[in-house]
Amino acid sequence: MSSFTKAFSSTLGKKLIMSLTGLFLSLFLIIHLLGNLQLFKHDGGKAFNEYSYFMTHFAPIKIISYLLYLSIVLHAVYALVITIGNGKARKVKYAVYKGSANSSWSSRNMGILGTVLLVFIVSHMSNFWAEYHWGGLPYAKYEMSLTNPEDVKVTNIPYEGKPLVHSEYVDTQAGTQVVVAKDLYILVMELFKKEWYVALYVISMIAMGFHLYHGFQSGFQTLGWDHKKYKPIIDVLGLWVFGIIIPAVFAAMPLYVYFFK
Amino acid sequence: MSGNMNLTLNVWRQKNVADKGRFVTYKADDISPDMSFLEMLDVVNERLVKKGEDPIHFDHDCREGICGMCSLYINGRPHGPKRGITTCQLHMRSFHDGETITIEPWRAEAFPVIKDLATDRTAFDRIQEAGGFVSVNTGGIPDANEIPIPKVIADEAFNSATCIQCGACVAACKNASAALFVSAKISQLALLPQGQPERYRRVQAMVAQMDAEGFGSCTNTGACEIECPKGISLTNINRMRRDYFTAKFFKEEEIN
Repeated sequence: MSSFTKAFSSTLGKKLIMSLTGLFLSLFLIIHLLGNLQLFKHDGGKAFNEYSYFMTHFAPIKIISYLLYLSIVLHAVYALVITIGNGKARKVKYAVYKGSANSSWSSRNMGILGTVLLVFIVSHMSNFWAEYHWGGLPYAKYEMSLTNPEDVKVTNIPYEGKPLVHSEYVDTQAGTQVVVAKDLYILVMELFKKEWYVALYVISMIAMGFHLYHGFQSGFQTLGWDHKKYKPIIDVLGLWVFGIIIPAVFAAMPLYVYFFK
Repeated sequence: MSGNMNLTLNVWRQKNVADKGRFVTYKADDISPDMSFLEMLDVVNERLVKKGEDPIHFDHDCREGICGMCSLYINGRPHGPKRGITTCQLHMRSFHDGETITIEPWRAEAFPVIKDLATDRTAFDRIQEAGGFVSVNTGGIPDANEIPIPKVIADEAFNSATCIQCGACVAACKNASAALFVSAKISQLALLPQGQPERYRRVQAMVAQMDAEGFGSCTNTGACEIECPKGISLTNINRMRRDYFTAKFFKEEEIN
């Protein structure tokens, strides 16, 4: 075994993979959240559908997306490997165990929280990602007045067995900017109207909050990074940004659609 | 005597490493609150011996919190409910009359039970032997303070060196990870000039031995830091990782 593979198969090295993939996924959440904010716009989904098209067709982002899929797989597989190893390190369990006296609930339940998130990610990707790529989604035609950007006319084009071509052009005669895009927005609206999906979404976001409350700062420690002055900043970011704000804004999306649209 | 306590003990009894082991309940009556936890067990054992029964085996030596020999997982926590002390420094006044106390040995595959509550912690010794030393040439006595060491560094190295190898960190950790112990032993040398020549060889050798002993993977729960009777901090673990990754990815010094 080379020194390199040896390094990654040690207890410290396996955790390094967890840290690198985990922090990368955390970073992606920010981008994902900013993009999804388009859902709050009152434009019949124009911005959201344009954003979806951009995310799936811009080459650098496509490369990053493959890195993301790899990260999710590695993070889950290594979590399983590490958990099995840790189970073997203590075969006889304690009869009385008071973990709450010395560690946070999150830190002791990363596996359960991670499993909830994995189930969510699989359902999330089959509902949206797979549908967007291979499902027969309808299209939407947006005609935006060039003089008044607020004035958008939306025409729904049902799917008729053949995908249309995504197009953006300016119709000078009508004085409009026309966008014909795959309508992921309508699918989002549909799913966000279903109780079970909203519940799954909100529960998963709570799990994500707890997962990242421990995971974000833990990731830095696993890299070996620690600092008396700067580590508390990471702790605050982990709690407020990744543990509370990001999950809360994500959870607000299905709740907003369910209750107000 | 008034003020004395009557307790119920739920004690792990195991004949030897091959035995499956089980909990046995004992009455510990008329226990003075001023006794240490180990003195309480001594009293229980004397009564067992008088009855002709096998006394409860447990590790102990100095009984003043410096040797690291005593252990015991008491009511779900290593060294009992108080922080910053070993079991020998724990007093019965920390419990209340009528309480049921569950006493278990350290649980880790790397710490096999020898008998009852006594565990074999020689895994720690083997990790130390793998690299927890500095090689020094013999010769004349060097002058004191010949090598300048900043006060903060000397203090930090000393903090790491206070580890008494009791194994509470492993016992407390939900993954039975020895990261806190190993990192303290690495840090106390890595911080000082005398530890530099072997620094990157040491960290690789000691981590490899730690893994070979079958300890778990550290997931930064922080339980070890809280339960450590000597207050060894998590910073040590991060320093160990820093040195380990530096050795593996930025240095060319390999160990066999």
